[in-house]
Amino acid sequence: MAILIDEKTRVVVQGMSGRIGKFHAQEMIEYGTNVVAGVTPGKGGETVLGRPVFNTVREAVEATGAEAALLFVPPPFAADAMMEAADAGIRTAVSVTDGIPAQDMMRVKRFLRRYPREKKMQLIGPNCAGVISPGKGFMGIMPPHIYMPGRVGIVGRSGTLGYEAASQMKALGIGVSTSVGIGGDPINGSSFKDILELFEADPETDAVMLIGEIGGPQEAEAAAYVEAHMKKPVVAYIAGLSAPKGRKMGHAGAIISAFGESAQEKVEILTGVGITVAPNPSAMGQTMADVLARRVAA
Amino acid sequence: MDIHEYQAKEILAGFGVPVPRGGLAYSPEQAAFRARELGGNAWVVKAQVHAGGRGAAGGVKLCKSEREVYDFAKGLLGRQLVTRQTDQNGKGVYRLWVEEATDIAKELYLGFVLDRKSERIMLVASSSGGMEIEEIAEEDPDSLVRMVVDPAHGLVEYQARELAFRLGLKGDQIGQMVKAVRACYRAYRDLDATMVEINPLVITGAGDLVALDAKMSFDTNALYRRPQVAALRDPSQEDAREAMAHDNGLAYVGLDGDIGCIINGAGLAMATMDMIKLSGGEPANFLDIGGGASPERVMTAFRTVLSDANVSVILVNIFAGINRCDWVAKGVVEAYRAEGLTLPVVVRLAGTNVDEGRRIIDDSGLPLITAETLAEAAEKAVAARPKKAA
Repeated sequence: MAILIDEKTRVVVQGMSGRIGKFHAQEMIEYGTNVVAGVTPGKGGETVLGRPVFNTVREAVEATGAEAALLFVPPPFAADAMMEAADAGIRTAVSVTDGIPAQDMMRVKRFLRRYPREKKMQLIGPNCAGVISPGKGFMGIMPPHIYMPGRVGIVGRSGTLGYEAASQMKALGIGVSTSVGIGGDPINGSSFKDILELFEADPETDAVMLIGEIGGPQEAEAAAYVEAHMKKPVVAYIAGLSAPKGRKMGHAGAIISAFGESAQEKVEILTGVGITVAPNPSAMGQTMADVLARRVAA
Repeated sequence: MDIHEYQAKEILAGFGVPVPRGGLAYSPEQAAFRARELGGNAWVVKAQVHAGGRGAAGGVKLCKSEREVYDFAKGLLGRQLVTRQTDQNGKGVYRLWVEEATDIAKELYLGFVLDRKSERIMLVASSSGGMEIEEIAEEDPDSLVRMVVDPAHGLVEYQARELAFRLGLKGDQIGQMVKAVRACYRAYRDLDATMVEINPLVITGAGDLVALDAKMSFDTNALYRRPQVAALRDPSQEDAREAMAHDNGLAYVGLDGDIGCIINGAGLAMATMDMIKLSGGEPANFLDIGGGASPERVMTAFRTVLSDANVSVILVNIFAGINRCDWVAKGVVEAYRAEGLTLPVVVRLAGTNVDEGRRIIDDSGLPLITAETLAEAAEKAVAARPKKAA
């Protein structure tokens, strides 16, 4: 089914009554995403885009069987909305919100540990473009037409750099099974490793494009996972070769503050476990094409 | 967001951390008066700038008379202090902190950071204080004690006690340390800090703990709910261009090169800078124009980039998702005309409404250089730089 979302996934949009929520929900519906409901506290009983709006996520889940949630909730209320979704039984939640306080995310991550693994919600983001399984459905703010359906998974921190990778691959005739933005914040719901695990288990994914950047330990953690557990080939690119130490480059998490967090060091770590790293950001697609060609030849 | 030492000390003292008595001065007269007010016969005068390494840079002095305090303050105020943590321009010294001298028997290190691996607040301490944490990690790694705090329970008393014993503290110092450590943690948590550092935390000759220096940084995403912290922002310590960009909703970081960058998305911005470097050029800045960029926002971005006199070429790279290429193109054309630009501008557009965007650029009749791919854009920007006179 690709991962996280397909054409059947029943999606509820938290914050669908708002201007931005409504705009993107509309795009998702036009693409064929199975949006079943909206949630806006105080607007229960209304209808938006032909879908019922509920006061709580729990009511929406009970009435529609929603399994996934897309959250368009402003920073001060975003953490609460995530916890509400988790407790209502949502399986996958995507938060696009940029600007959530780090300690709120710390609390959310602690909260999610209350649930046993099989009941634990998979949180994607925050501060991400979302998740798309081309031709099936998407939850997020990406331009869906740049993605061609196919068998390569994409996981990256940056939205626009993910678009860049998808369009480079499309130009070479390489399609995407699912593209996942894990977001640019220092504390995020899912790590690179979490998403690699899903791709490794997905029969519709043959290879993975990993797009990292400076800051944080997640690329190193992903490298260790690839080395120990992954059979599918991984191609990577790490942004920020020219980023100075100690300066925040746009994303709250894109800052070199410890050993192993610079782009050069991350490239070395990834190369060290046999991951093919694209030599420059304009060669992400070509590098994937070469790796796929070698794989067919082998 | 960073604050000054004296502000961090005031905050931490409010939570129960012992700090030396002191006073703030904006003039040499005020500094001398602070010394008299404090009494005693020795004072430490400390430049208040948002950078470490002040001592080695001549920004801190132990003074033995009011005259000495006055003279040192006079020489320091209004100066740019260049330390190993600043750039070559340094940071302006406009405030001094005059403090009673402390009799130091031993220096410890105590810090709290956001640990991205455990995704929790981590306490780091060492019995080798006085040097920077990186140096401690290098020279005396065995002295480092790390503890992770569970946000559901907070820092529990036994953790602080355990830490005190591991640092070799004795007698009354144990209780003092427990109080200080828990106070720092509460300050970190309650004020949405991203870093609290007391270095050194000293044991005085009398055997008491005192925070001799203090540093705090705060989560800018949480300032909306911490107005008392937001009020401590000091624009004199910020890069004027970065502050202006920030106030206009743009993420901007000034760098040393000459190719000005206007890009959407932090990742694509970093990647474009990398591509410029790989093509033989140097980026002048990082700039993320963000989502939903209106023509006005594009104008502001141009003005920000152009305020750097080193910029000789501008590279605009937009992969539009929520953005629209036609809006960005309109902004580029308007900015080019309004600013009366003569320097080369390379424009690469992709994504939503790309055809309309390209048409606007082509129909403008302006000498804009267009590119289809990221690599082409970077190469054209590098090639468009004016040749330097030999």
